[in-house]
Amino acid sequence: MNNAVPLSAQLINLFASVILLLAFAMLAQRRVLQLINLFALQGLALGLSTVVAAVTTGQSHLYWSAGLTLVLKALLLPWILHRLVRRLHVKGEIESLINIPTTMLVGIGLVIIAFNVALPISQLSHTITRGTLGIALAVVMLAFLMMITRTKAIPQVVGFLAMENGLFLAATSATYGMPMVVELGIALDVLVGAIILGVFFFQIREQFDSLDIHHMERLKDN
Amino acid sequence: MTLDFFVLMLAIPLVSGALLTVFGERAWAPNLNILASLGTFLAAASLTVEIIANGPRFAFGEQFFIDSLNVFFVALTAFVGLTTSIFSGPYMANEAAHGRLTKPRLRLYKSMYQLFMFTMLAALTTNNMGILWVAMEAATLTTVLLVSLYRTSASLEAAWKYFILCGVGIAQALFGTILLYFAAERVLGQTGNALLWTHLVEVKGQLEPNIMALSFIFLLVGYGTKVGLAPLHNWLPDAHAEGPTPVSAVLSGLLLNVALYAILRCKVLADGAIGGDYAGNLMMGFGLFTLLVAAFFLSKQRDIKRMFAYSSIEHMGLITFAFGMGGAVANFAGLLHMTMHSLTKSAIFFAVGHATQKTGTQMMADIRGLIGVNPLIGWGLMLGTLAILGMPPFGVFASEFMILTHAMKHHPWATPVLLLALGVAFAAIFGKVQPMVFGDSELKRLPHAPAITPVFLHLGIVLMLGLYIPPYLTRWFHEAARMLG
Repeated sequence: MNNAVPLSAQLINLFASVILLLAFAMLAQRRVLQLINLFALQGLALGLSTVVAAVTTGQSHLYWSAGLTLVLKALLLPWILHRLVRRLHVKGEIESLINIPTTMLVGIGLVIIAFNVALPISQLSHTITRGTLGIALAVVMLAFLMMITRTKAIPQVVGFLAMENGLFLAATSATYGMPMVVELGIALDVLVGAIILGVFFFQIREQFDSLDIHHMERLKDN
Repeated sequence: MTLDFFVLMLAIPLVSGALLTVFGERAWAPNLNILASLGTFLAAASLTVEIIANGPRFAFGEQFFIDSLNVFFVALTAFVGLTTSIFSGPYMANEAAHGRLTKPRLRLYKSMYQLFMFTMLAALTTNNMGILWVAMEAATLTTVLLVSLYRTSASLEAAWKYFILCGVGIAQALFGTILLYFAAERVLGQTGNALLWTHLVEVKGQLEPNIMALSFIFLLVGYGTKVGLAPLHNWLPDAHAEGPTPVSAVLSGLLLNVALYAILRCKVLADGAIGGDYAGNLMMGFGLFTLLVAAFFLSKQRDIKRMFAYSSIEHMGLITFAFGMGGAVANFAGLLHMTMHSLTKSAIFFAVGHATQKTGTQMMADIRGLIGVNPLIGWGLMLGTLAILGMPPFGVFASEFMILTHAMKHHPWATPVLLLALGVAFAAIFGKVQPMVFGDSELKRLPHAPAITPVFLHLGIVLMLGLYIPPYLTRWFHEAARMLG
């Protein structure tokens, strides 16, 4: 049996593991600005892996989605977030995270679960990127974990966007990307969502004098 | 063809939404909002007539598809959209007169209202499962700023919760859609058509069952978050209670329906691929659980809009259960119940909106003697409550009765749970509404006379459908129920 893996597949797997590594790094990052930079790096890795997939397979729409990813997730969204952080004066803010080691252990557990769920499905796929489906699901779950453990508004949103990164990775790894019209629609939704959230941050700040969502626990059922 | 009603139906809300963004502060803007909704409704009604006469059709190539199932939701959505816009005229004017809303926010409200209608109609008519996802997400985005319209700390909290929870939910649905595309691509190939529902339904038997099973779980949980299925229902009561009342009315009456419609489309595909009762059992389980959770939370509520929001969750649980049972009768009952719930719940929210405006509070303990203050509002709320609780002769009784008898026959184990939940809900809601309507109170008049017509228009239709369903409507329901398998 020939075990040689083509270079392109190796590159894609490399980028996918970088994305996973960055997801863990984000989980443990306390500083807001660093967190946004990590998110930008993740977008970059995602875009590059899509470029490699596009070059290898010659699928023209993959170039488009790679370009879209690089512009939107590696440049535009991090830029918007940076601007927000500056305008809201939360630059030096350090979040007190509870128990990073435990969070990391839970994260490892999630990765194992994700790999197990994805295994039977990725075996059915015939794309060169199929091995990354498990990683994609793991990134989604880690982002989800990040949203749960964070108490500030901006890190929660970064978690939300990172979840979208994971979904994008899933789409490229299982099927070489969704149809173009769908991808454009998703990109539009993400962009509009980020802008609305920006507006929202200012409203929250005006009302609570803080972006700590612990203040927002008044609505309860009793 | 010179005039395409379908194009008109999508273009009117989109264009008027853009116009209202610019001119939303003019004196005639509220009238434009109503006029646009009327135009949308007329276009939708004409489209319905056309579909009934000529059968299903495509639009914009194959990207949009209108058949007897979704044209029914389109007509309902456009109708409730129209009445809600009529209701919101005086309601929002009163809010502005009370100083709770400024002119720019009224502008935001009107433009977002029209765009919200556009996204819902697009979600209902699209043939592309990916665009369905995009439109559902867009519907969330247009309403999130409406929920926080009052900019109070509670409304901001509600909107944040709404955004994050629905965002997470809809992300699950996207993963489900990716898996669906993965399964479809193996059969249909790498084309843009692989996500078109009409193509998928033709090959549904060949879709890989393992992938479809996983895909359906993600789609059910994802869109289910928007339907308000427990345990991901937490956003719903907050968003309903803290947003303006017209927004509560369209969220409850329309958005929940559209999300459930998305699940139904997916269920048809999952049933074909997996076979058996896999999808149905999942839906029955979620439905029953939701029904129970909502019924027991109902009795703890003190805010009137929160209480009716929980009532919406309860009914959505019941409808999900009905579709989960499947088969012609249960699907028929589910569709009928969706119609009844939309009309009744939005009528209740109209009455509740006027009542809370009059009394200046949403706390049920402080609302007393509505019938003395304004008999029409009082009776509207009372009759609406009786209707939603499933009292005969209102239409909700007919659909609930059908669901119950069908459950007794085919799933007897579920009957005690259903009866318990419906009983608890009845006791909780009736016990709270009764003193609000009857009793003594002295309150002054509102600066703008409330719009009562929509309340009684909706209740009239619900009453009529309870007593007599016209034959063409029965045919239509049957046709749609048959499509759902």
